[in-house]
Amino acid sequence: MTTPPNVPIDPQVIDPHAYEDAAHLLDSDGEVHLGRTLQDARPPSQEEILRVENLTVEFPTEDGVVHAVRGVSYGLREREVLGIVGESGSGKSVSSLAVMGLLPKNARVKGRILFRGDDMLKMSARKQRSLRGRKIAMIFQDPMTALNPVHSIGDQLAEAVLAHELMPRKTALARAKEMLDLVGIPQAEARLRSYPHEFSGGMRQRAMIAMAVINNPDVIIADEPTTALDVTVQAQILEKLLEVKDAVNAAIVLITHDLGVIAGMAHRVLVMYAGRPVELGETDPVFEEPRMPYTAGLLGSIPSLEGGGSSRLRPIKGTPPSLINLPTGCPFSPRCPLATDVCREQEPPLAETDSGGHYAACHHWDKLAAVEDPTVFFRTESETVA
Amino acid sequence: MTLSAQASGPDTGAAQGMTIVARTQGQMIRRRFFRHRAALAGMILFGFVVVLSFSSIGFMGIPGWWDKSYLTTGALVNQGKPTLSVVPEFLGGSGIRLGEHPFGQDDIGVDYFAKTMRGTQQSIIVAFLVAIVATTVGTLVGAVSGYYRGKTEAVLMRFTDVMITIPVLVIAAVVGRRFGASGVVVLGIFIGLVIWPSMARLLRGEFLSLREKEFVEAARALGTSARRIIFRHILPNTVGVIIVSATLTVANAVLLESALSFLGLGVQAPDTSLGQLINEYRTAMVTRPWLFWWPGIFIIAIALSINFIGDGLRDAFDPRQTRVRA
Repeated sequence: MTTPPNVPIDPQVIDPHAYEDAAHLLDSDGEVHLGRTLQDARPPSQEEILRVENLTVEFPTEDGVVHAVRGVSYGLREREVLGIVGESGSGKSVSSLAVMGLLPKNARVKGRILFRGDDMLKMSARKQRSLRGRKIAMIFQDPMTALNPVHSIGDQLAEAVLAHELMPRKTALARAKEMLDLVGIPQAEARLRSYPHEFSGGMRQRAMIAMAVINNPDVIIADEPTTALDVTVQAQILEKLLEVKDAVNAAIVLITHDLGVIAGMAHRVLVMYAGRPVELGETDPVFEEPRMPYTAGLLGSIPSLEGGGSSRLRPIKGTPPSLINLPTGCPFSPRCPLATDVCREQEPPLAETDSGGHYAACHHWDKLAAVEDPTVFFRTESETVA
Repeated sequence: MTLSAQASGPDTGAAQGMTIVARTQGQMIRRRFFRHRAALAGMILFGFVVVLSFSSIGFMGIPGWWDKSYLTTGALVNQGKPTLSVVPEFLGGSGIRLGEHPFGQDDIGVDYFAKTMRGTQQSIIVAFLVAIVATTVGTLVGAVSGYYRGKTEAVLMRFTDVMITIPVLVIAAVVGRRFGASGVVVLGIFIGLVIWPSMARLLRGEFLSLREKEFVEAARALGTSARRIIFRHILPNTVGVIIVSATLTVANAVLLESALSFLGLGVQAPDTSLGQLINEYRTAMVTRPWLFWWPGIFIIAIALSINFIGDGLRDAFDPRQTRVRA
């Protein structure tokens, strides 16, 4: 899934049996189709279940205030998979921890987080806790450390149920077994008595998924759920995640820095940079016609099959700005090949672009729209440097 | 195909003739403990002392197999010298036998074996009460301050600091003087209420590090209440530390009780404890040394054996030691 967009591949070259799984990646005209590859049983509805409005998160530190999230707004529709991409420190994890109410005490959170119309930031701690795990669940990045080493898997799953409902332990364990079956762990009955150290990484992440969905949540926040797993297991886990989502009718916020994962999974994608959303839209248009140079740069930095594998990687030059002393204007302007004076003076708002439902925060999105392949800006520059 | 066969679970391994023994954490700990020779010896010795002291003179009205009481006097036999003999006849000794008064008699003719056994009982009871009370209080204070942090922690830990600055013996002396006459149970509880701070500090440290673990965050993400997180998620992870520290507290408490009784502030006559016996007969060291040595030997045996047990437990619970010594 790390194939770049618009790379023509001759279908004749591909052995149809060896690449059976990849066949659906190709369009009828033989081009790689980078859009959503996994099909869901029930498509998302238009009704928004979670709405984040102008969320800002700041951390006071000795060196100054860290502006980790600076005004994030998005809506999550029922049964939808919303991908949030961005590099480390772009605020993607912090903004979802804010939704979970799991930020450290010193964090200053502003804005509104509406779950079915109720502002979670204004709720009592008790009410917030009752939503957590029951309506909004979270899957953590590292299944190695997110499971308690001293309790059996069954106990931990039952504990997740008992945190919200009073019921006999036996009933809770029966639910736990059902969930292990659902996530595809063989011999679920026996596995309930296993301890986390007896599970492999993939199985632990499956167990984490089971724990997240055991209370039939409406929203699942998956914070880089496959980063700690190896590639072959990643695909299985993602597929399972989507399957489970359909089984419990949940929406997913999928946080990752892997564009391939987003491409295969997400209905819509939100790109974040320096604590701000810089592009938001349906996955296919965003990946095929990015309207923000940062997104184009990210897409351009995916290793290419072109040039026989000998071509260099094309990273975006420079580093993200410090979140303590942000430059004025667009935070991406120091690294942007299209930057002009207006970029360095004014931070562009997230505004609708040429296609409906596709938003970008860029003064010059029309320049990207004017070329066939927007990654070309990054390509030519890095190749002239090299 | 081979890949999928290997991945299909532990059954496949067994089918291929491999023996896979998965051990739970508890099994590993038990195994490591029983391979620790000193700890095993300590446990046998301590078990022997406990059984001997409680079965010989009986406990709480239940009679034991020894026919003499620690309260009744009898005629002096052999000037009160111990009649216990352990050297067999063929080595020129007088044979293995207990005799009338194996540990001798004190100056008014009370059987000293019965008295020592009574003292041992009392010391053990006090020590265990102290350990239980100190561990409970210390764990609670440490857990709450380590988990909640902030003001709760500040208040609790400053209080703990104050308790630590006051020498234990001084507080225990005041407590012992006031409550020593009320019996060993009250004495044990009060000493326990004095020596919990070190346990609290230890547990706070454990909680400070464990609360940052991802599984705690995961528990919070599940909407688990703080109380459940403390007791169901974090506390079981500290069991090793708690058990080891509680064991060592038992050993310390035996010595502390002995010290208090030696100073005349612990268990009061006519009841007795090991420390009190030593205090009473310290001047008899030269003339009738057995009156000093018997309780002394038992104090050493208890303190040493429990320390060995604690040592073995610490090794057994050490997470860095993942493999079992062959």
